[in-house]
Amino acid sequence: MPIKNKVSLTIDGKPVTVPEGTLIVNAAKLIGVDIPVFCYHPKMEPVGMCRQCLVEVGRPVIDRATGNPVLEEDGSLKIQFGAKLETACSTPVSEGMVVVGTSAKAVAGRKEILEFLLTSHPLDCPICDKGGECPLQNLTMRHGPGESRFNYAEKMHLAKKFPLGELIYLDRERCIQCGRCVRFQSLIADDPVISFTDRGRSLQIFSHSEPGFDSYFSGNTTDICPVGALTTVDFRFEARPWELCTTASICAHCPVGCNLAINLRREARSNGEVVIKRIMPRQNESVNEIWICDKGRFGYHYTQSKNRLTQPLVRREGELVAIGWDEVLSYVAENFKDAGQNLLTLASGRLSNEDLFNLSELTSGLGGKSALYTDMAGGDLVTQLGVGKGTNLSDLGKGTVILVVASDLHEEAPIWWLRVKQAAERGATLIVTNPRYTKLERYASQVIRYNYGSEASTILAMINTLSAKQNFPKAPKIAQGGEAIKSAAETITSAENLIVFYGSEGIGLEASQALAQACANLLMVTNHVRKVNNGLIPVWPRANDQGAWEIGFRPLPNLKEALQQYEALYIAAADPAGDDPSLADVIRNAGFVVVQDLFLTETAKLADVVLPAQAFTEREGTFTSGERRVQRFYPGVVRNEYKPDYAITAGISKLAELNVEAVPFRIFNHLEAKVPTFAGINYRMLAQVTEQWPIVDRGGLYYGGTLYANAQGLGVQLSLPSQIPSLTWPEVPGVYLSEGQLLAVPVTILYDRGQTVIPSELLYLRIPSAHIALNPENARFLNLTDGTKVQFTLDGITVKVRLHVNDQVPIGVAIVPRSLGVSLRSPTPIEIKTIESG
Amino acid sequence: MNALLEKYPNEIQMILAKYPSDRAGKRSAVMPLLYLAQRENGYITKEAIAQIADICEVSTTEVASLIGFYTLYHDEPSGKYHIQVCTDLPCALRGADEFLEKLCQNLGIKVGETTRDGKIIVEAVMCLAGCDKAPMFQVQSPEGIEYHENQTVESALEVISKLREG
Amino acid sequence: MAEHILLRHRAIPGLDQIDTYRQNEGLIALKKAVTSMDPNDVTNEVKASGLRGRGGAGFPTGMKWSFIDGNNWPHFVVANADESEPGTFKDREIMEGNPYQFLEGVAICAYAVKANDAYIYLRGEFWPIARKLDQCIAEMEKAGYLGDKLFKTNISIRLHTHLGAGAYICGEESAMLDSLEGKLGQPRLRPPFPPAVGVYSKPTIVNNVETLTNVPMIINRGAAWYKTIGTEKSPGPKIFSLSGCVNRPGNYELPLGTTFRELIMDHGRGILGGHKIKAIMAAGASSSLIVATDEALNTPMDYESVPQLGAQLGSASVIVIDDSVSIPWLINKTIHFFKHESCGKCTPCREGTYWMMHLTEHIASGEASMAEVQLLHDVASQIKGKCLCALGEFSIEAPLSGIERFSADFESVTNKSNA
Repeated sequence: MPIKNKVSLTIDGKPVTVPEGTLIVNAAKLIGVDIPVFCYHPKMEPVGMCRQCLVEVGRPVIDRATGNPVLEEDGSLKIQFGAKLETACSTPVSEGMVVVGTSAKAVAGRKEILEFLLTSHPLDCPICDKGGECPLQNLTMRHGPGESRFNYAEKMHLAKKFPLGELIYLDRERCIQCGRCVRFQSLIADDPVISFTDRGRSLQIFSHSEPGFDSYFSGNTTDICPVGALTTVDFRFEARPWELCTTASICAHCPVGCNLAINLRREARSNGEVVIKRIMPRQNESVNEIWICDKGRFGYHYTQSKNRLTQPLVRREGELVAIGWDEVLSYVAENFKDAGQNLLTLASGRLSNEDLFNLSELTSGLGGKSALYTDMAGGDLVTQLGVGKGTNLSDLGKGTVILVVASDLHEEAPIWWLRVKQAAERGATLIVTNPRYTKLERYASQVIRYNYGSEASTILAMINTLSAKQNFPKAPKIAQGGEAIKSAAETITSAENLIVFYGSEGIGLEASQALAQACANLLMVTNHVRKVNNGLIPVWPRANDQGAWEIGFRPLPNLKEALQQYEALYIAAADPAGDDPSLADVIRNAGFVVVQDLFLTETAKLADVVLPAQAFTEREGTFTSGERRVQRFYPGVVRNEYKPDYAITAGISKLAELNVEAVPFRIFNHLEAKVPTFAGINYRMLAQVTEQWPIVDRGGLYYGGTLYANAQGLGVQLSLPSQIPSLTWPEVPGVYLSEGQLLAVPVTILYDRGQTVIPSELLYLRIPSAHIALNPENARFLNLTDGTKVQFTLDGITVKVRLHVNDQVPIGVAIVPRSLGVSLRSPTPIEIKTIESG
Repeated sequence: MNALLEKYPNEIQMILAKYPSDRAGKRSAVMPLLYLAQRENGYITKEAIAQIADICEVSTTEVASLIGFYTLYHDEPSGKYHIQVCTDLPCALRGADEFLEKLCQNLGIKVGETTRDGKIIVEAVMCLAGCDKAPMFQVQSPEGIEYHENQTVESALEVISKLREG
Repeated sequence: MAEHILLRHRAIPGLDQIDTYRQNEGLIALKKAVTSMDPNDVTNEVKASGLRGRGGAGFPTGMKWSFIDGNNWPHFVVANADESEPGTFKDREIMEGNPYQFLEGVAICAYAVKANDAYIYLRGEFWPIARKLDQCIAEMEKAGYLGDKLFKTNISIRLHTHLGAGAYICGEESAMLDSLEGKLGQPRLRPPFPPAVGVYSKPTIVNNVETLTNVPMIINRGAAWYKTIGTEKSPGPKIFSLSGCVNRPGNYELPLGTTFRELIMDHGRGILGGHKIKAIMAAGASSSLIVATDEALNTPMDYESVPQLGAQLGSASVIVIDDSVSIPWLINKTIHFFKHESCGKCTPCREGTYWMMHLTEHIASGEASMAEVQLLHDVASQIKGKCLCALGEFSIEAPLSGIERFSADFESVTNKSNA
């Protein structure tokens, strides 16, 4: 980025030097001068609508003849003030400028605008959810007229509860028409599903989408709303902001690692328990800025679900019955000791680094095997070729190429989608490579379509295209690509920086291993490795998959076979029987099965012992994001009936006479000592914070609630090992279809029917029912229409679901959304039949 | 699939051709297409909003937002003919208020109401750039807009009775 | 009566036919510009003529053209045919009677600023005029005056009509550009100004219909000829839209600098019904009220003299108010207009016009006290200088000047209620 010239000015007598182009309001913020704003938000371009930030602006008088500033008699610069007040939010600073917000004229201007706003405002602060964290309320306290000159009877009365959708309500009386929400939705989220309509004093916000306010980012508008006009349905009239205490957390839904603030309250109606009242974003400019998606905001309800396991269960005479913690842990420890090397621990990336490390310590201590429960591979390559330390998607712009392969980022990791989109808008070259349309394509300079199954060969073809010209190695058995691939390859090779996102659109474990290797090779041959703002980012299905790989967990190439081989199974945060019914029998037949989870999953139903674990909101720990940032989360709700996973494992270990720590920071210290990529990191470092821009926490609360501020840690990115891996050419698995078959492929959608989504009643309307999707042409050929019930066989199990017809589905393919009632772990040929109605 | 596009393929092509072919340019066609859709029933239906959004590659909210902002678009059925009398200052100085009052009296309705046959709605509107020929009004119908200037109540009633017949 | 430059159709029947127009100096300037002049020469000629924008602001037209950003392409021209100011009806007559001269002006402007596409943004109520202009554009294309490879050069100029749909604010140039982009017509923050960032974020020249209609004659007959009309600082003819309490309202094309008296008493044949003139609004509903003294009537109507009366010439829409008119009634009318037309984007205009409307209704009904009149003055004063665009600022001209210059009218309505 070009270094900008510095400009010196004074604001209310205080000198400040800032880069050219800085807006007055931001320069003032830096030196703690309060300039009130409503419509301005530092994440968006100024619009100068609300006029609240009026200041007097003086500029040095320049002698036209000489070009020099004119001096006063005392030698100081002669300053000329404009006749009108100017908006500090939209006026850039200039050398020698004198900004005055404290003069009688400026103060009067501010009061007058405030009086105008209040003529229409209902002043219902006593029942307003924003009360206590509302800039309008604060300004009214300070500058507001003591009495209204506006005739109260003439106030416009408008809807107090106007649903923009089922997630967000609008109070039309409180709205001050600042337009932040509308601009956020159209400029940042690019979901222009809310807008102003009507005009003048009747100007108001509405939504015309179906469902209303149809956006994955809608909740953010309630944060940036400067008054109590927009509220989330689950917080509306639920609590007063000053009753809440806050705990810092990390979102557990996807690998982005959004920083969260959990708002808690101890309340009578919850029997004196501390409960979560809302979840808001916490500022981390390197991860999520000040945004989160609606899954992160509204999905937490699963942690307070009535269906949570509340006590350990043991199988007695075929039934699962309650048992005490001490008793159950000894029972488990005995059995695990007996199993020894016949113990298989299967855990998922939903667990924290501490949980996984303890699981690994216990299992290896007994001589057993730990494995990662996942359908996506490549974490080992990410350990070696992940993004360089200091990488920040917000820094990417011109000169950077972002390649997204086999991933619908909008569905899989919405905040990454947002940040990649913004990087493209700043000038980064975005190449999207996917078998079907995804929303990210809107910002792509290039789109490459391939057939499902050809993801790895598409990337390898790029390398081979380059090999023709340069001394690159060449992938065997892969053809050179066509024009689109050629042009993408050339763009990539000449890029200053290259970031590759790879996901699991349409693929299972085996193919994703090949894809990850192909992407790794592309980074290596084009020399985009071990550098800041370069590297491989895996779009994992879970929050801490990368942590699991770093700690040494690896997926099992053949899960069914493995489950059959081992005598004892320790399954934590994984539901193999639920995800794949064909595994149920194998699990049922295993010698001793322990399931550690939040819910009585399909797998838990088959277990000999079920251990209730705490949710991420109830405990502390760390997650490692897809960008390899290790971040701490802290306990919010304390519930003693469940235990944190690491503690359960430590309890079993102790009884099995193994030395495993039970306190998170100590576990982390052990982890740090054993896992090289964690070397040098400790809990204290993870809790450190440096100043971030924009400043959202100082005075005024102009940019949202009190909760954006991050005082609990920005996290630390893992370093990369010094060795670059050697080039290995992957085997690309083939898929063969017979006559009359379609290829069923798994894809990820944000709102699925998984255990961490479905309990959220709020999201219920947005969660689709079980279905598969076909192209209209295939549907026509099969004589099927949208909504027909169809059946097919998968792994010997008959599946009956509704059919969706969608022209974005490629021909010959059946799209099967993951965790939506159809278990499909890798591409599989199927034959679709109608179910006779009746 | 898109009824509007099927019904007016040529008109829509001509409208789109006026503007740049990129996403920003396509959005410019929203206002002309709203007029086109309004031709059907004198107001814009929910279906038409979706069809316009589809043609112009914008959200339905972005299309619908314009209907409330601009006074010549209607989103609910009313009289087929909008008799819009200018009562702004220059016309008012030349008797427009009295003209409107008497016209409504004769039609047996109040300003803003529709006649019982559902054909005529009389509205007071802002300046129509006919200040020197007051009293004056425009007739907005699904087919377009027509000015009637230097009017008397009698001449206006004659215009209205012709509309009712036609 | 001097020769008409703009309202030439009044003397030449059938000027809205392309053949008649061509027989009467028509389309010579466009051909001359495209085939024998450099675009910059065209701009310089317009600059030299001293032509100032006729939409209201009076900004020098040639200078505006020269501001077009040459580093950002493509360029656009937008003709402002949104004519919606109460008391203004001049552009309508030009487009109805002399459409080709206007369109020729648009095309010359497009050539001068190197734009291929020009949009004519008409208020929605001008639907029949848009149809007519569409026909004229088609005629011009057929005759080879618009389209690609004009006069065998590589120049392309295309004109398109675009209808608004009932919003006064779209006459504000940045709101017009948003409206043209298919959005709510709300003003943009400026700077940047349209010659740098206009429609579709591209450099754009926005000019009023009357302004552009001057251009062919300037190119044809030269800047020096043009400067012989009007005053030194405000050269050229101007169409004065005369309305209100006069015997013969209508458009009058007169040199800038003509006095109010000549317009109202001579051309307008005096005050209706034998009443006496009380006040003048020189720029439509956006005007402050000029007390119609002898001195005011003798003031020349140009961009320099009218401000000396505490008013603006604006688009020269002269509304005449006689002594039967109550000023509280009048400001209630204008405030109703501005409240109805406020786009709602900025706080002082959105809230202020709504507040003022309640006050003026009360005052006009005769039920108010002097304290309410004072409050109206306060509210208007606190809108002043704080709005995002000029509409909000226009809204306060009539109430402020009305209260200050016609205090007796307010005393009489408030006294009535006190009695």
